[in-house]
Amino acid sequence: MIPAQFDYVEATSVADAIRLLAEHGDEAKLLAGGHSLIPLMKLRLVTPATLIDVTHIKELSYIKEDGNNIVIGALTRHRDIEESDLVKKHLPLVAHVAGEVGDPQVRNRGTIGGSLVHGDPAADLPAAALATGATMVIAGKNGERRISAQDFFVDFLETDVQPGEILVAIEFPKHTDAGWAYEKFVRRAMDYSIVGVALQLGAKPGVALVNMSNKPHLAVSASQAIGKGAAIADVLAVINDDTNPPEDLNATVEYRQHLARVLTQRAFATASK
Amino acid sequence: MSLVGARVLRKEDPNLITGNGQYVDDLQPAGCTSMVFVRSTEAHAKIRSIDTAEALALPGVLAVWTSANIAQLANCPGGLPGLDQPLLAKDIVRFVGEGVAVVVATDRYIAADAAELIIVDYEPLPAVASLSAAMAPGAVVLHEVLGGNTVHFQDFENPLNEAFAAAPRTASLHIVNNRCAPSPIEPNVCLADWGRSGLTLWAAFQAPHHLRNTIAQYFGIPQDSTRVVAPDVGGGFGAKINFVPEFFLTALLSKEIGKPVKYTQTRSECLVAMLHGRAQEHDASVAFDNDGRILALKLTVTQDQGAYPNGTGMGLPVLTTAMAAGCYRIPAVAISWRNVVTNTTPVAAYRGAGRPEASFTIERLIDLIADETGVDPVEVRRRNFIPVDAFPYATHSPLAMYDSGNFAGALDELLKHVNYDELKKEQEKRRQDPAAKLLGIGFASWLEIAGFGPPGSLEAFGHLASWESAQVRIQPDGSAIIFTGASPHGQGTVTTYAQIAADELGIDFDRISVKHGDTAVVPQGIGTMGSRAVAVGGEGVKTASGRVYENAKRIAAHLLEASAEDIIIEDEKFFVKGTPARSVPWSEVAWKSFQPLELPGGMEPGALDSTVFQQVPNFSFPSGAYCCVVEIDRETGGVNIVNMYLVDDCGTVINPLLVEGQVHGGVAQGIAQALYEHMLYDPSGVPRTSTFMDYLVPAASDLPGYITGRINTPNPSNTLGAKGVGESGSVGAPPAVVNAVVDALSHLGVKHIDMPVTPIKVWNILEGAK
Amino acid sequence: MTIRTSITVNGKDTSREVEARTLLVHYLREELGLTGTHVGCDTSNCGACTVLLDGEAVKSCTVFAAQIHDCNITTIEGAAQADGSFSPVQEGFRQEHGLQCGYCTPGMIMASTALLTENPNPTEEEIRHALEGNLCRCTGYEMIVNAVRWAAENPNFTSGGAK
Ligand SMILES: Cc1cc2nc3c(=O)[nH]c(=O)nc-3n(C[C@H](O)[C@H](O)[C@H](O)COP(=O)(O)OP(=O)(O)OC[C@H]3O[C@@H](n4cnc5c(N)ncnc54)[C@H](O)[C@@H]3O)c2cc1C
Ligand code: FES
Ligand code: FES
Repeated sequence: MIPAQFDYVEATSVADAIRLLAEHGDEAKLLAGGHSLIPLMKLRLVTPATLIDVTHIKELSYIKEDGNNIVIGALTRHRDIEESDLVKKHLPLVAHVAGEVGDPQVRNRGTIGGSLVHGDPAADLPAAALATGATMVIAGKNGERRISAQDFFVDFLETDVQPGEILVAIEFPKHTDAGWAYEKFVRRAMDYSIVGVALQLGAKPGVALVNMSNKPHLAVSASQAIGKGAAIADVLAVINDDTNPPEDLNATVEYRQHLARVLTQRAFATASK
Repeated sequence: MSLVGARVLRKEDPNLITGNGQYVDDLQPAGCTSMVFVRSTEAHAKIRSIDTAEALALPGVLAVWTSANIAQLANCPGGLPGLDQPLLAKDIVRFVGEGVAVVVATDRYIAADAAELIIVDYEPLPAVASLSAAMAPGAVVLHEVLGGNTVHFQDFENPLNEAFAAAPRTASLHIVNNRCAPSPIEPNVCLADWGRSGLTLWAAFQAPHHLRNTIAQYFGIPQDSTRVVAPDVGGGFGAKINFVPEFFLTALLSKEIGKPVKYTQTRSECLVAMLHGRAQEHDASVAFDNDGRILALKLTVTQDQGAYPNGTGMGLPVLTTAMAAGCYRIPAVAISWRNVVTNTTPVAAYRGAGRPEASFTIERLIDLIADETGVDPVEVRRRNFIPVDAFPYATHSPLAMYDSGNFAGALDELLKHVNYDELKKEQEKRRQDPAAKLLGIGFASWLEIAGFGPPGSLEAFGHLASWESAQVRIQPDGSAIIFTGASPHGQGTVTTYAQIAADELGIDFDRISVKHGDTAVVPQGIGTMGSRAVAVGGEGVKTASGRVYENAKRIAAHLLEASAEDIIIEDEKFFVKGTPARSVPWSEVAWKSFQPLELPGGMEPGALDSTVFQQVPNFSFPSGAYCCVVEIDRETGGVNIVNMYLVDDCGTVINPLLVEGQVHGGVAQGIAQALYEHMLYDPSGVPRTSTFMDYLVPAASDLPGYITGRINTPNPSNTLGAKGVGESGSVGAPPAVVNAVVDALSHLGVKHIDMPVTPIKVWNILEGAK
Repeated sequence: MTIRTSITVNGKDTSREVEARTLLVHYLREELGLTGTHVGCDTSNCGACTVLLDGEAVKSCTVFAAQIHDCNITTIEGAAQADGSFSPVQEGFRQEHGLQCGYCTPGMIMASTALLTENPNPTEEEIRHALEGNLCRCTGYEMIVNAVRWAAENPNFTSGGAK
């Protein structure tokens, strides 16, 4: 219940955060919404020496239109995404998924950047980022760099964000007027998915799976099949390609793969309505 | 107007909705320190060494204790001699969560830091984390003195072999009644202050006098200077009547360091250290004829006691087997039970304590009979019910002398709400349509034993006695205070007792207070458990109020120069029947009751103050009929409750609002057991569900709305007619839910599914049937 | 490491020197003595600790006090109306028996208050959905749903200052 001691510093800008990251080194962690980090710290599963609080960097909390993209600042809270008219219009999948995360209190604090950098294969927003083909904008001492969502997720709770770097924004290509669906299978309403499927149709389709691998998972073959206009049965035949689902109290590998098929099929039915 | 039976709002609420409740953790006396446990991470291991040096050196740490510091202390009360749990593990740990060391520091943050610095070196031993593992030949033995892992075995008196051999049909089930963690939202908390004038222990507890008696005895200190206070308590569900090491450790540490010591359990600790419930396995066989009439029943209960058996845990299979026959007339019943230790958290009472297990099995068997004979489950119930004219009805068990009930009546009432024929048609239609969700309809006609009160009933569980105390005291202004030994923690007893007293005394409800939970204030008491607060404690309030009222009438008669028999009361005014114009108000009677010169001959001041130790001749037998309708997603195996119909017979209803609340809460816990909750261990004894992330206490979206009805068969064992309703829902709901699930899948040949009915279990069944 | 933090709680400015790791719930309970906000878990699941942070429901066990300087916190102690009347939500819980042991209640009331601010007339389903972050072990939730409905139907409830 009680986190170990740490030093606390506040970053007031992105530059400031990068400076503080350099100054405090490996033992420091950025604190965004805190809804992955603080629970881990309370159980003392994570004991950072320093927390760099970035929640006060106002410049990282925004949703804006930029040509063919919607750009969302890394510190934008789930709730703001869920309620944004801009996101609802051009990225209805992302708005909906943001509204499926945890419970209202979690959505009031948790940030999209934190959710993505945490890299939990069971989390919702990473799947939405993968399905919509988002690009991550990462800042470091050498300036900004961009990386696709697909390359961003590296391993279990590991992303491409390097020591000294901060995720500053996520660029989502617009998916205006395209079909979409999110299927989240849970035993208890506010829990993480046992399996989830995020489906984006339209010009640049994608389907991503939740809790089906050691990292947030883009179903590459299935996404390509959808792109080629394959029949549902053919998409389902490859939906579990390259998955590596965990076994736990709620599901076996076999059951997870079955759920992935069922939920994908349902997602299609909903998306094409 | 009578208040008994009225929908009265609770007196408890104004404090609780404004943040002015006082739970133990809210108390922060000057100098208060904080105790934190180091708990075993091993299920079974020898302790080689415990290094406390670094913890002791941390600034702010006041004490670090291991078993070495308390070698002179006896083991934790409540256990079985020789098998009881040490306050802190000595040499050996037997379950994950057992206390190994404690730290006291000036605040909880430092205490938590210090606990992290304690290094325990374990030498792991093989562990047995399930009944089958514990009973396997050659299994590691937890307690040398036992020589095995069976604590007690009660064999059949007569295994009914002939009855079964002669019966036209028989059927059997092996049932696992899943281990649950009671999980009140307030975990265990206690605060001890042991100074020169004695020991005060504030504890989140359901029976403060019981704790006072025990802790005084434990330390060999007189009860006059031992005070236990259970202030507002955030739920208990049976788990807060167990003696746990923290009570004794905080007390002694407080004496030792000369400051108040508080222990606030975390949820992760609570899930492994607060005693669990259920954890039974049943082997049940039933013999019946082709019309579904039951001829004989045979039940063996195997009770997982966890690592340290305790008195309550040992009593669970006794209650289960006593209620094995449910609402049915069964010519021959054979019972047997076995108590077994395992390397898991000890098991004791959890809402229903032994009765939900009984109702689950008999109600599953009824559906099995229906399935075997093709007779409708509702009809099988009707054919076997004990008829209304058969009461009092002696069962196979001397404990269970059913005194009243109307089982067919409850089922009739239920069927008024349930459109059973339509549902059956709908079920058939859906079975034909592969795209449709499967529909299942499940019934449970349940009966339980409650109102723990007849002499001997609680003594068997280590309590002083089985009565409940009630003191009714009129204040000089004519307001009244009731002191009760019941110790409510959510039931609304303050309100129901005031309702009962208001009717008996003729005093306005708003001028009646109820005090409880403090041994320095309340004369003596037993506590709140076993659905006894109204059936025993409430009856006591009625008795004491009646006595006070009789004396008040005598005083009023004296003042009115009339005879007491002619006096009646209305609007807090006493007058002679027929002449309301000449009256004396309650306030005047009260005032003068303290003035010797105003009293009738022979009466002494203090006559409007009565203390009763209410006894009741029998248990009570709440019953009811529930129906659950579920939908099953054929593709995912997900189960969704569409409707839950609930007809309760709790006898006289004191307050319909509160009865409704108790029923809902119990049903919610019953549904939770049926669909969500399971305290699971891996084979090495490591708990897999020890946080609220994995132990699935359902939230609002996970539970249905409830459709409720009621019948009233008054309890003949008290004058109120009330039977108790606190545990009913958790007795009735699990079989209704599981019967519905099995019904939905019955066309696939499914006979039984163990709880919790998870999507993967259902999916495996659906797959298997393909 | 200690930090000076200044937080407005129930309209009053508070300021304390606290350890950086002090959780908001402990700041409220132990530094300010506002014990109406409860703790029911250590994994951010139960919602017993729910308070309003600038009007939004948050779990005060999952926020550091140091983080929210210059914010406005409303706890259950600040839930009543200015004249001392219960808020409609508080009164709804009383009228509909939305509480038993009362331990989850402050969190439930704060989460419900946040819901009604956003959505003054929620359906049963919306209410259940909005309370998913709050566990109650006593009530089975239906009467909590009724309590919130009561508040929605009586938005102008006042007891004229009676508490
Ligand atoms: C009860 C509960 C239920 C939940 N349920 C769900 C659920 O159903 N689905 C789901 O997806 N999630 C769920 N979550 C997690 C929630 O969505 C978190 O908010 C999210 O995972 C992390 O976001 P955060 O802003 O809180 O990040 P933090 O916890 O602050 O940070 C998480 C990690 O990311 C790093 N980090 C944060 N921001 C940045 C940045 N901009 N650049 C670089 N590194 C950064 C931090 O250093 C830390 O390591 C739940 C959480 C709780 C407490
Ligand atoms: S205490 Fe349980 S969520 Fe905060
Ligand atoms: S009222 Fe007891 S937990 Fe909700």
